[in-house]
Amino acid sequence: MSETLVSIWTDANTQWVLIGTLLLGLASGLIGSFALLKKQSLIGDAMAHAALPGICIAFLIHGAKSMSWFIIGAALSGLLATFFIEKIIKLSRIKEDTSIGLVLSVFFGFGIVLLTYINHQSKGNQSGIDDFIFGQAASLVGADVKLISAVAVLLIIITVLLFKELKLLTFDPQFAQGIGLPTGLLNGLLMTLIVGVVVIGLQAVGVILMSAMLITPAIAARYWTERLDHMVIIAGAIGAFSGVFGTLLSTTTKGMPTGPLIIVAATIIFLISMVFAPKRGLLVKAIHQSRLRKQVAREQVLQTLYDFTEQEYVQYKVGNGFHEQQIMKKRPISISMLQKVLSSLEKEELVRRTGDALWCLTEKGLTEAYHITLRNRLMEVYLMNEMTYAHFNIRQDQSMDLLQLPEKVLTELKQLLKQYGREPLVLPEKMNAGKRSYHRYASIGGK
Amino acid sequence: MSYEGWILLTGSLVGISCGIVGCFLILRKMAMLADAISHTVLLGIVGAYLISNSLEGIYMLIGAAIVGILTAFFVQLLHSSGVQSDAAIGVVFTSLFAVGVILLSLFGGKVHLDTDHALMGEITFIPWDILEINGIYLGPKAVWMLGAVLVLNLIIIFLFYKEIKISSFDPDMAVALGIPVLFIHYLLMGMLSLTTVASFDSVGAILVVAMLIVPGATAYLLTDKLSVMLIISALVGVLSAFAGYFIATIFNVSISGSMAVAAGVIFAITFVFSPTHGLLSRWLARKRLQNKSA
Repeated sequence: MSETLVSIWTDANTQWVLIGTLLLGLASGLIGSFALLKKQSLIGDAMAHAALPGICIAFLIHGAKSMSWFIIGAALSGLLATFFIEKIIKLSRIKEDTSIGLVLSVFFGFGIVLLTYINHQSKGNQSGIDDFIFGQAASLVGADVKLISAVAVLLIIITVLLFKELKLLTFDPQFAQGIGLPTGLLNGLLMTLIVGVVVIGLQAVGVILMSAMLITPAIAARYWTERLDHMVIIAGAIGAFSGVFGTLLSTTTKGMPTGPLIIVAATIIFLISMVFAPKRGLLVKAIHQSRLRKQVAREQVLQTLYDFTEQEYVQYKVGNGFHEQQIMKKRPISISMLQKVLSSLEKEELVRRTGDALWCLTEKGLTEAYHITLRNRLMEVYLMNEMTYAHFNIRQDQSMDLLQLPEKVLTELKQLLKQYGREPLVLPEKMNAGKRSYHRYASIGGK
Repeated sequence: MSYEGWILLTGSLVGISCGIVGCFLILRKMAMLADAISHTVLLGIVGAYLISNSLEGIYMLIGAAIVGILTAFFVQLLHSSGVQSDAAIGVVFTSLFAVGVILLSLFGGKVHLDTDHALMGEITFIPWDILEINGIYLGPKAVWMLGAVLVLNLIIIFLFYKEIKISSFDPDMAVALGIPVLFIHYLLMGMLSLTTVASFDSVGAILVVAMLIVPGATAYLLTDKLSVMLIISALVGVLSAFAGYFIATIFNVSISGSMAVAAGVIFAITFVFSPTHGLLSRWLARKRLQNKSA
């Protein structure tokens, strides 16, 4: 293994192939980001499939294998396919996905027809066109790779130079048109860039999987950032890495097509990004969600206990605490979640166990529950009279914390609360002005 | 039946099954999912071979159906976790297909399965792979498999016609009516995978897409009624199979490729000349309107 690796690094042709796939990956990551954000990922798929008849026709006209002719043929038939796709959508009631699938499959079918025609003519697979289907980087020779690399560099330079214009076109085409950018021309240019990448990738990655080179690095990069310039760089890096990785693995294993290996490498990076990305990753999201769910459950349990306490308080009764079943009847919460919340509340000394599955609030818990209840009930009142207070725009604010409102409004809302009879009646110790204190209603009395 | 007859019958069966299933895909805007599943079926077939160590049709059908539904499931999963739907399809099918190709090149050497076969199918060999029970000649295996899948598809469509129809045209209303939309979705995906794998042997994984999308799209330009669309689509499928076969024999080229091209030609003709939705008729209608207002 190590010997083969050494021979790879020292072999001039392989070095060129590696440089070629690296540049190819870079270019496809870059341009793929724009295609992805413009929601045109699958156009790349259509172009790649549609390139096959172009390659075959180029072979039939030229009569021999020639990379530059192949690139021209593939580019022309790829652009023709895009043209057809757009015309079918525009001129009939057929939708985009059907149009793409239709053009893709018919062009590819025609390509297969031509391919069998060529193979019958030239006795066997001497034309080497078969390699275009799954990609065979190892079959590339020096001159081809240099051509591919040159085109890739050209595409990268164009993208970098027109970065600002393409960015505007992607995010706000109307504005771009408004400030006088030639959007039609730029759109055409983007299509040409996509066709360019697809075409130079065909020999290494293959017709069928080339679209993944545009999609997968870009979508993986999307997880790591919210900024286009960062996304483009990350996507380029992922593309380049997958390209090199796939090529290396394919040249060390006999008869292994390059394209699938490159794509599997890119997909693994995508999966890692999807799970572990710091902000948008599934793991972070899951943690955030479970934390949120716990917090909501905690508030619900406290408020429910408060409601029960209030009922007893008003009726001058002292019970034996409140049963877990009672809470569950009032709130949609699972028994395991409820018990988890209660025991963590017990640790915080907010609730106290008064018997088997019986609980009541502590003094400290009452203070906490009072504020939660007050806030929620104020919210109810606020929502009932939303139009009166619309100018405060509380709903736009993430926190929706009503206690942050101006003093005047707050008093108004509290007044309303009293009118509706929704004022929280059991007050915590320090707010308690001469009324019955909480501590389990201080031995009832007071009447 | 003659050699030619069996090939034509096989092609027609592919055309009918794919044509019928394809209509629903087009109406539900899931045509690219057909493209995706027709690729990933390869993984199902290779997987089924590696597990069962045989090339029996039934294992292939099961493997392909599982992977087909998995594809639909993964696409849905990625989509619901925030990936836009076109990219979700692109990522899922290319990666599963890539794994399929890698497995095929690692282990496929011992089997008659190879990548060319997977792509183009071997319709020319179909008549020789015959089914015999107790020494009675029953015709090619592929015809039986395709026939069975077609019958199954027809039964499912017959049983759930109303549900499929409503959930295709108006998913919100379907939900409101209590139709299990998700179940219908996966039912269709299952039908799609079965049809794809049954057709796989004859027209190849990739060209199934042509048979799934093109006849349906053609029918979509000719009628506004679902039942009529299904019939037209099946007819177009059969017509493409016949036309494709004769093109292929004249030029001595791939039969399945020619079928796709024939379907494309039929679509192009319809696109221009369809009496209701064609380019020509709409142009004439506009002209007439201009004359009237002038």
